[in-house]
Amino acid sequence: MRPLSLRNRELLNLLAVGLLTVTGFASVYLASQEVPEFSTASLSYAAFFFALFLTAHLALRVALPSADPYLLPIAGLLTAIGLTMIYRIEPDRALRQGVWVVVGVVLLAGLLFFLRDHRALDRIKYTLGIAAIVFLALPAVPGLGTTINGATLWVHIGPLTFQPGEFAKVFLVVFLAGYLRDNREMLSMGIGRYGLPSPKHFGPLLVIWGGAMLVLVQTKDFGGGLLYFSIFLAMVYIATARWPYVVIGLVMFALGAWGVYQIAPHIADRISIWLDPWADPYEQGYQLVQSIYAIAGGGLFGQGLGRGVLITDAGTTYIPYLETDFIYSAIAQELGLAGAAALITLYLVFVYRGFRIAMQADDGFSKLLAAGLTSALAIQAFIIIGGVSGLIPLTGITLPFVSYGGSSIVANFVLLGLLLIVSNHVNRGAER
Amino acid sequence: MNPQIRRLFFVFSVLFVALVAMSTYWLWRAPELEARQGNPNLVVRQLTIKRGLVYASDGRTVLARNRKKKVQGNDWYLRTYPSDGLAAQVVGYSTIERARTGLEESLNDYLTGSNANLSTIVDRTIDKLKGITQQGNDVITTIDIRAQRVARSGLAGECGAAVALEPSTGRVLVMASSPTYDPNLIEKSYRRATNVQASCEPASPLLNRATQGPVFIPGSTFKIVTAAAALDSGRYTPSSRFTDRGYCIEYGKRVSNYSDQSGPHVFGDVDFSEAVENSINSVFCELGKKLGPKLILEYAKRFGFYEDPPLETPSEERTPSGLYSKGKLYDPDDPNAIDPGRLGFGQERMLVTPLQMAMVAAAVANEGRVMRPYVVSRIVAPDGGIITRTTRDEWRRAMKAETAAVLTDMMVRVVESGTATSAQISGIEVAGKTGTAETGRENENDTSFIAFAPAGNPQVAVAVYLQNQDGVGGSTAAPIAKAIMEALLRGVGN
Repeated sequence: MRPLSLRNRELLNLLAVGLLTVTGFASVYLASQEVPEFSTASLSYAAFFFALFLTAHLALRVALPSADPYLLPIAGLLTAIGLTMIYRIEPDRALRQGVWVVVGVVLLAGLLFFLRDHRALDRIKYTLGIAAIVFLALPAVPGLGTTINGATLWVHIGPLTFQPGEFAKVFLVVFLAGYLRDNREMLSMGIGRYGLPSPKHFGPLLVIWGGAMLVLVQTKDFGGGLLYFSIFLAMVYIATARWPYVVIGLVMFALGAWGVYQIAPHIADRISIWLDPWADPYEQGYQLVQSIYAIAGGGLFGQGLGRGVLITDAGTTYIPYLETDFIYSAIAQELGLAGAAALITLYLVFVYRGFRIAMQADDGFSKLLAAGLTSALAIQAFIIIGGVSGLIPLTGITLPFVSYGGSSIVANFVLLGLLLIVSNHVNRGAER
Repeated sequence: MNPQIRRLFFVFSVLFVALVAMSTYWLWRAPELEARQGNPNLVVRQLTIKRGLVYASDGRTVLARNRKKKVQGNDWYLRTYPSDGLAAQVVGYSTIERARTGLEESLNDYLTGSNANLSTIVDRTIDKLKGITQQGNDVITTIDIRAQRVARSGLAGECGAAVALEPSTGRVLVMASSPTYDPNLIEKSYRRATNVQASCEPASPLLNRATQGPVFIPGSTFKIVTAAAALDSGRYTPSSRFTDRGYCIEYGKRVSNYSDQSGPHVFGDVDFSEAVENSINSVFCELGKKLGPKLILEYAKRFGFYEDPPLETPSEERTPSGLYSKGKLYDPDDPNAIDPGRLGFGQERMLVTPLQMAMVAAAVANEGRVMRPYVVSRIVAPDGGIITRTTRDEWRRAMKAETAAVLTDMMVRVVESGTATSAQISGIEVAGKTGTAETGRENENDTSFIAFAPAGNPQVAVAVYLQNQDGVGGSTAAPIAKAIMEALLRGVGN
């Protein structure tokens, strides 16, 4: 028997995702009804969602027939989980999130057709590098930036609010892939027994460290700073195989963070809350304590979709920012430890597929690009899940594909698109 | 670059496993976290449990039941209390917003059919998957509904409490506290429920004055303890002679007997029985000095003083009787720190709970044996099976049977011809002792009466304590106690 083609395998996976989406939405809908009653209205979301991903699949069939068949279904499932949870928490927002998913899919399709070869990006890496810096600095521009929850991450343009940091993340990876490919020989040359790099090549590292610190101070966005710097370190390590870079980098980041800790109460608070959430469980530690209660209260299999303890009698959420930063806690409450572990496993499978593409790629730029994009997603998921569960200090960033937020959704679809393009390229090379 | 990517994948795998481990750790700590204040999970979860009902001793009259409401995809069972909470301070309340109290709190695990540990989390999960509504166990109390009503109407308008026990078993037949509150109002209008007008300040309607505080000065009802010490130690007999000059000298000053318009009573030459019958303070003042505080307090402890009185209500709703100094239980090693004379007739800094004093009366009635009091008769599973049934348990031995018999005779005379003639019940011999304690404020006495009946074959022991009275124990507390005993012995009342 002939093995299933890549695209047919993808379609099969998407069908399974569609089935899960229908089940999820139906569960939430039924739970919200006084008298359980079947309605097609609840299914329209799922149907619309499925049609959307079917479109993306068809675009892949035409543009990238050899792309990895698991990435799109995993991203689809993550998006579906997010959309279902947002629908459960605040139905109005699910509609808006749905619109952003449409934008994301359209952008993805556009990317597939207009950027047939990702290596074209290599040529504009400096432009993208500068764009990344500009995007990161945007919220700090007076009149543009908006401060929410202590961090200045948002930019207001007319009626639109967006987080430029999400896009800067993708640009940064592309720039680093090109830059590190060019300079890895130099950076790999070490001095002395421990392979310490020469001061001359320390330069770029220092510049980027300084940049990350500047972002940290300017926007007070500890999560973003940690994310960009971790991406950078991961990519430097892949390019040079020099673990001292990672160690020195982490030490320098810690030192910088300590310095900021001294001047920014916002970050100092986060650390002390993390060390003892119950020191002030109703004010400072409230978010984290409630998040932990939600995770613990979910039990093994959860309270059931739409049946968890998330919304107060007054209609507000027990945990502020539940549908953005704390969506993992909501998932753990309603789907339990099993659901939460499954979600984390989905990210791990995504990371596995992404790294697999990187390892099979035959040029340095493709390897670094695929591995960098994958690392970005993995680190971001780790920072926020670790934050809301108390493993690491809590910093507000989105859970890729799942959290409510247009910038995050659109940027991650671009990330997905780039990975698919690299994958298609790699697999086509292998077929030849 | 592939080895690095492989190693990085390993690092991410470890980090992701750490994420799962962290969430697993919280799940493992869930039982402890659920009990924390501010965690909505347990509160809401328990609302989805069909809580067990609380019944009076007849097994039919419901003291606490459920009302079903559909909220956020779940059936919630909210509590209602019929009869406006007839035994409100004993049954307590269970609401969403407030902490539970009374039996609703202490028997919560039984009433919800769950005790939080990892295995019940698994069981609950399985039930949840099967769509089974968890159902709690019913609690049948020992409260006699008719006598409880009599006690409540007797206490109406007063600040006080009444307790009735079955002496041979320790069954709590009546436990009423006044002013009371409507537990149905706690959830929606807590202020209205607790903001009541009363003759005492603060009114504290939530306080179970029968077991909590303690708020009452025992006065002469404590003389039963002093008398038990005097007789049981063998140092005195009922015919021991005393000379009453109307006062006793302590620290060089006179401590006078109870006085009315014509000044302090002077009884002259009396025996022990007459001293009890007429509640002569000077005699008990002398007794206190002779016996010493150590012996009197030792006997008090035999009755259960200086310990939380045993009962199924939450321990924070029960407080020990004893001497109190600066709001704290006071038991000095140095006997000179205690005024022995005033201790002898129950003043000093002695504070008691009506439950403790009912236990004193019940011990006299029960040949000196203090039975462990209980208010929960049995707990019944939804399928009708008995989960626990309380059995009688001798908790303490306060005195010899002979001492109890002698004390009974003395207490009978108190009701026959002494200070408590108002407690007489025709055809039934009542044994009792009144108390009128000065609080230091004009016309604001703590009055009390402890009793049991019938004296020859005691079926009921009772204690009634009132605050801020301008009368004496015989005219204020005794009639209420009489009505409660009549209701219990004859089924009269209601």
